[in-house]
Amino acid sequence: MQIEESPTTGDETITNYTINFGPQHPAAHGVLRMVMELDGEIIERIDPHVGLLHRGTEKLIEHKTYLQALPYFDRLDYCSPLAQEYSYVLAIEKLLNVEVPERAQYIRVLFAELTRICNHMLNIGAHVMDVGAMTPNLWVFELREDCMNFFERMSGARMHHAYLRPGGVHQDVPEKLLVDIGEWIDTRLPELFGDAMSLVLDNRIFKQRNVDIAVVSKDDAVAWGFSGPMIRAAGIPWDLRKSQPYDVYDRMEFDIPVGTNSDCYDRFVVRVKEVYESAKIIKQCLRDMPTGPIASTDRKVSPPKRAEMKQSMEALIHHFKLYTEGFHVPAGEVYVATESPKGEFGVYLVSDGSNKPYRCKIRPTAFSHLQAMDFMSKGHMLPDATAILGAIDVVFGECDR
Amino acid sequence: MATLHSAPRFTRIDGLKGMLSAALGDHLVEAHEEHGELLLTVHRASIAEALKLLRDNHDYQQLMEIAGVDYPSRAERFEVVYMLLSLTKNSRIMVKCSASEDTPVPTVTTLWPNAGWLEREVFDMYGVLFDGNTDLRRILTDYGFEGHPFRKDFPLTGYVELRYSEDEKRVVYEPVELAQDLRQFDFMSPWEGADYVLPGDEKADTPPVNDPKTTEKPSDTGAGKATDKKAAEKVSAGAPAEEDGGEDAPAPEPTEDQPARAKRQGKTTDTAKATEPKKKAPAKKKAAAKKPAGKKAPAKRKAPAKKKDDK
Repeated sequence: MQIEESPTTGDETITNYTINFGPQHPAAHGVLRMVMELDGEIIERIDPHVGLLHRGTEKLIEHKTYLQALPYFDRLDYCSPLAQEYSYVLAIEKLLNVEVPERAQYIRVLFAELTRICNHMLNIGAHVMDVGAMTPNLWVFELREDCMNFFERMSGARMHHAYLRPGGVHQDVPEKLLVDIGEWIDTRLPELFGDAMSLVLDNRIFKQRNVDIAVVSKDDAVAWGFSGPMIRAAGIPWDLRKSQPYDVYDRMEFDIPVGTNSDCYDRFVVRVKEVYESAKIIKQCLRDMPTGPIASTDRKVSPPKRAEMKQSMEALIHHFKLYTEGFHVPAGEVYVATESPKGEFGVYLVSDGSNKPYRCKIRPTAFSHLQAMDFMSKGHMLPDATAILGAIDVVFGECDR
Repeated sequence: MATLHSAPRFTRIDGLKGMLSAALGDHLVEAHEEHGELLLTVHRASIAEALKLLRDNHDYQQLMEIAGVDYPSRAERFEVVYMLLSLTKNSRIMVKCSASEDTPVPTVTTLWPNAGWLEREVFDMYGVLFDGNTDLRRILTDYGFEGHPFRKDFPLTGYVELRYSEDEKRVVYEPVELAQDLRQFDFMSPWEGADYVLPGDEKADTPPVNDPKTTEKPSDTGAGKATDKKAAEKVSAGAPAEEDGGEDAPAPEPTEDQPARAKRQGKTTDTAKATEPKKKAPAKKKAAAKKPAGKKAPAKRKAPAKKKDDK
């Protein structure tokens, strides 16, 4: 009799309870607080609280000249700084209608792709670590370190480059750097990255944690405003580099990897494949890059060379005016979006004809994706939340701005 | 104007402006194209219908962004801008409507689920209300934040700052106190209609004096007596070199103790010795000591050493 009365697992009534995921959680990839409503270990509802890293970047930009506002973009998504600068610089150029020399366009594309590799190294490593694997993360971080070294040789800074400028790039790249990148793309990247991915892609545990997690249909992906690897994993071959090419992307040959199942595993594999596609683009850039100027020769936009300043009074005046008052941008409004490693990164720039942006709205990639967190993780287990979050590839510097 | 820039090139659809204007009909206020982008302004009340029309009949499937803009000088100071993207037509358009603090904009969360956060952000930053949004909470600012920070009349520094109080063992909020004034540079050129008074400019506007001040006697000018012969007398002792008739001034005292340098090893002659004129007997003295000051110098050098010892 007594045995029958003792409670069994089926008899227990568990009411839903809420827990806090974050704001300080290693798998949250930053400061994200998610209020989770759980039924046992099943996620019923997630309410992500963002904004813990809100710094008012857009407001700050309104108080700076166009050039002074550029470094803020590095600090948004600090994992892929050049990709953010890219949208902003293109938006200014669109308003100014300024021509960018070919070499500058190639340099931009080259380093934008290197940024993509750099970003994916972080995300791929973090994603596998979120679901329990340690080694691949350490290996791909070595590649990330290589990228950082290249960036340092390019601009002098490992992360916050401020390298792209309206009208071109800040300075020319040394020949040796291009040679080294080419060598790295040919040998070290495929070797080390291939090794690391061989541990993960067919790994049983990794698949158990990712396959069929957070499946999003094509219609949902469109409706929720997905972009980048998130929409490609849903089977939609949408890549702004291909469909709305900027700079010399229309001359590059590369494929768009798409997923078939639209789960976390597909998102992961899409990123892995993108690394190889980026490597392809970098090789083509290195092959085709012409010589020539690296910034616009329009002195009302881009400053003269230092040597020129020592000889020419006009150059000195231009330099002085550009670095104090800055250039004036014709009135108008544009929305320019580029394919950042995380998705569509857009800048809505309103100019009133002065030397400061009247309004600069930044479209973060993470906003739409993170918002879908609730419906993506409904019915999944608590530990799946980290896998889903890892596959979104969210960085809070960018999400919160 | 020819396109020189290399910003993203999406498909230019011929007659898109006319087509969409016709489709929107009464909803439309204004349509204009600039920088290759189409901007449609619609009435606030019909924004949801207009966007639904564009989504369902014209293939603008994705809502990428909702941006708020503040124009304080306008009657309805805010603008809400919707960025639409068509994946199938590869085209982008912007649709906007105006709003003020107390005129809510119809929500589009019924059309796109991701509009929820985007509207929350516009509400948070500008205080634009969205009618029908069931979850219009603040999103980016702090819990319990007051005001709408992206309005043009909201100061860049904000009103409150927070710090961790060791006494109260919690984070406390206090009014902002700036150690230094926020630097706001104004780059308006004075030749192009800048409207400010430069320091000293206020004097330029004072009216001219009717009766200029005149002096009749020399004493009125405020000047002293005229100079006499005494003024021409030499008062200063003059520089030492002049006084002594050509002798060199003594070398300044060394700032620290310098031990006598050891004689060079080997056959090479000391440089000082080598450069000294031959006739002056090559004395036992080491350093570059000059002839007349030669004897004085060592005595003087010892003085600072002594001082040091005292201390």
